[in-house]
Parts: sequence; structure tokens; C-alpha cells
Amino acid sequence: MTNLIDSAGLRNDGRKFNELRPIKLEVGILKNADGSAYIEMGKNKIIAAVYGPKEVHPRHLVRPDRAIVKCRYHMASFSTDTRKNPAPSRRETEISKIIRQSLEPALILEDYPRTAIHIWVEVLQSDGGSRCAGVTAASLALADAGINMRDIVASCAAGKVDGKVVLDLDNIEDMEGETDMPVALMPNIGEVTLFQMDGIVSPAEFKEAFELALSGCQDLYKLQKQALFTKYFGTDKPQVQEGE
Amino acid sequence: MSEIKRKYVIPGELIAQGSYGIRGNMLKIGDKIYATRIGMAEVGTDTIRLISLNGSYMPRLDDIVVGKVINFNAFGWQVDIKSWFPAFLPAANVMGRDYSSARDSLASQLTLGDQLLAAIAGYDRTRDPMLSISGPGLGKIAEGNTVKVSPSKVPRIIGKKGAMINAIESGSGCRLSIGQNGIIVMVGSAESVSKATSAINLIESEAHSPGLTQKVHDILSLGDKSE
Repeated sequence: MTNLIDSAGLRNDGRKFNELRPIKLEVGILKNADGSAYIEMGKNKIIAAVYGPKEVHPRHLVRPDRAIVKCRYHMASFSTDTRKNPAPSRRETEISKIIRQSLEPALILEDYPRTAIHIWVEVLQSDGGSRCAGVTAASLALADAGINMRDIVASCAAGKVDGKVVLDLDNIEDMEGETDMPVALMPNIGEVTLFQMDGIVSPAEFKEAFELALSGCQDLYKLQKQALFTKYFGTDKPQVQEGE
Repeated sequence: MSEIKRKYVIPGELIAQGSYGIRGNMLKIGDKIYATRIGMAEVGTDTIRLISLNGSYMPRLDDIVVGKVINFNAFGWQVDIKSWFPAFLPAANVMGRDYSSARDSLASQLTLGDQLLAAIAGYDRTRDPMLSISGPGLGKIAEGNTVKVSPSKVPRIIGKKGAMINAIESGSGCRLSIGQNGIIVMVGSAESVSKATSAINLIESEAHSPGLTQKVHDILSLGDKSE
């Protein structure tokens, strides 16, 4: 097995333990969707699209008091190094549900009774942590669609690799490392909407990893905010103006 | 109005803290007021307004909307109003209370594809919107061109007490009917329609920028000079 963390404390791609992969975010990339976003997080390349609110089909799923959310996470056949069968796998079904559940608390579904909101997350190229990148992009797409939201959702993973707690695991670290812990956060409200973990960590390490993941989400939120400002206000900085 | 403070916001962002009256697109938790949409927040002395920059049309009672007939049955017409549900225009509203499906023909009044200006007569969370065309200026649109804008920008096109729409009408010389659902009907000569369209497109693309009124005045008067 190769060493995932070298003697200088750098990881296989040269990052420090608390460093995110390079991230690129873009909002409003699809014309046909009501809202859309694109994320590059390391080698991940993911498109998220939102359609709705619209009429619910099949009709029996209608909730008279709120909107329902449907989410589909899908990996393109060409997104991995060997061809992936395009049929939805067990893993994709799980991640679809996880993404839906991490976004639902941020949406004010009561404002849209008897409607459905569709979220599509399409992975074009995959690396580790695609569910987190998917959540991050999908919440931007929802904001772009003009759906009432309590907060934006930012998501990234922390974990344990070579006995050290690290932020934002890539594919190699995810496979070879000890622990992976994806977390999603509503940064302004301060609520966690997604938390999963596999592997074994001590209580102290757990705390350290969790705090690290939360700080990573806060950093991601700044980039999300910047992406939305760039699209809508043509500036990457929040502005306050005195009125006419 | 010098104490109005404007701020660009995204969902979840804290707009202000204190006892403000809020109108739509905001969330109050304790005394903190958060935005729920992307838009421009206007913080006044005791109220906050959030003009959102995107989103689809949510029907509200008494709104005037522009719709298109997409279907009809014995009891009335189904009208597409660019919301998530089609609206229903009952035949009795058009034909009078003694409407009988056996005697009267719906097609004599409105047929598929007809555009109409109507008011939302009934809507709540449990029912599809109901339309009415009994009112001044309402009914079938006989002529004119339409242009679509984002429904959230309709307030900017109307402007403060109708200032913007008056400017466009007098500047271009064509008459506008604005549906709250973001469809605008323009009636006038081809030249005036194209002038009004460019003004409306300018508002749509730069709804959030300061000095918008001046830019619209410029585009309208510039059009005059180049004639």
C-alpha cells in the first residue's frame, strides 16, 4: 500500500490535512431548467438541475399542504475509469435519497402546496465525495430556480487517512483510508442536514473530524455565495447601497 | 426616502435585526429576518421589502394576469397562466348566470389559443386558480404583441406608483397591459412596439442595477433621436 500522507504531512495530491480540493462553481448553466448549477471539486464534475414547482405525477403522490421533492443522482457511463452500467445502482438510489433528505430541510415546501420539485444530479466525472459535491451544486440550483429556502446547503466530507484526520477525501483516500464522514450544513442557521459515517474513529477523532467538516462547509458556503452573486449581481462581493 | 438601505441577498442571509414588518420572501426567526430568495432587500425604517430576481408566478387573489386558452369543457375554459397549475374560467362568468351548456356555444366567445386578460377571482392552497373577466379592461385580447418577463420583475416594470410603465407608454407611444404573471401585451404601431420591447428587455436584464429609471428614459429618448 502506498503512503497516503508523506513525511511532510502532505497528502497524495499535495494538500494539507485541512485543505479542500480546488473548487469551481457556476450557476445557471442550463437554459431549459428552472435552475441549474455546475461544480468541479477536484476531479468531480457534476451538473445539478432543478425543475418546478410543477404538477405532481403520478397524482396519488400529491401532498395537499406542501410540495414533494424528487431527486435523482446518476453517474454517467463515462464518469468512471471502467464503464459504469447506466442503470441506477443500489448506491445511486441511496445517494438520491440522501441528497433529497439533506436539501429538504432547507426548502420551505409549505409555500408550494400540491406541487413537485425535481432535482437532477448528473455526475460527469467522479472522484471521491460526489454526494457532497452534488448537494452543494443542487442547493445552488434550487436557489437559482427561485424556490423559497431557509438557507443554502453546503456539504463536504472529513475522515481519517493513515491515522490522521483530514478534510475532503478524494477517491484514493476514500478507498484506502480508514474513515469517511460526509456532512451537510446550513451555514446561517447552523443546522446539520446530512451526516453519514463509515469506518472506526475514537470519540476525540470523531469530534475533530466533525469540526473539520463543518469548517469545510463554511468555506464552501463562501464560494457558493460568490457564485450566486456573480450570476445575479455581476459582482462577487456583497454590496450595501444607500437608496435613491 | 433617504433612509432606505438596499442590499443584495441570497437565501439564508441575515437582512436585519429588529421589529420590522416584512412582505414576502423572508423568514422571521426571533427578531432576526432572513432572506428566502435571491434578490434585493430594501430596508426602510419599519418595513423590509425583498424584490426577488427569479422564480415562477404564484397566483394571488385579485391579480390581473394574461393567459392563453388551452382547453375547454362544458363548464368553462382552462387557461394557461404560466403558473404551476392551469386556471379555470367558468362559462357563467363570460356568458352570464343563465348559461346553459345545451344552448350556448363556448367557442363563440373564446377558442383554443385565444389570449385574455383576466383577474384571479379565487385561489387558495387547496384549489386551482379561478379566473374572472368581469371588470374594466378585462376579456379577450383582440390585438397586440406579447413579451414575457420573469414574474418577479413585474414590480420593476410597473415602477413606483406606475412611474416606469408611464414612462414606457409615453416614450414609445404604445399601450401596455401587464399581467402579474409576467406576460405583457403591447398594442401600438410596429415601431412603438419594438421600442417598448427594448425598454422592457432592459428592465428585465438589469432589474437590480441602480439608476434603472434613467437608463430606460435614455433608451426611449435615444430611440426618438435616431428616427
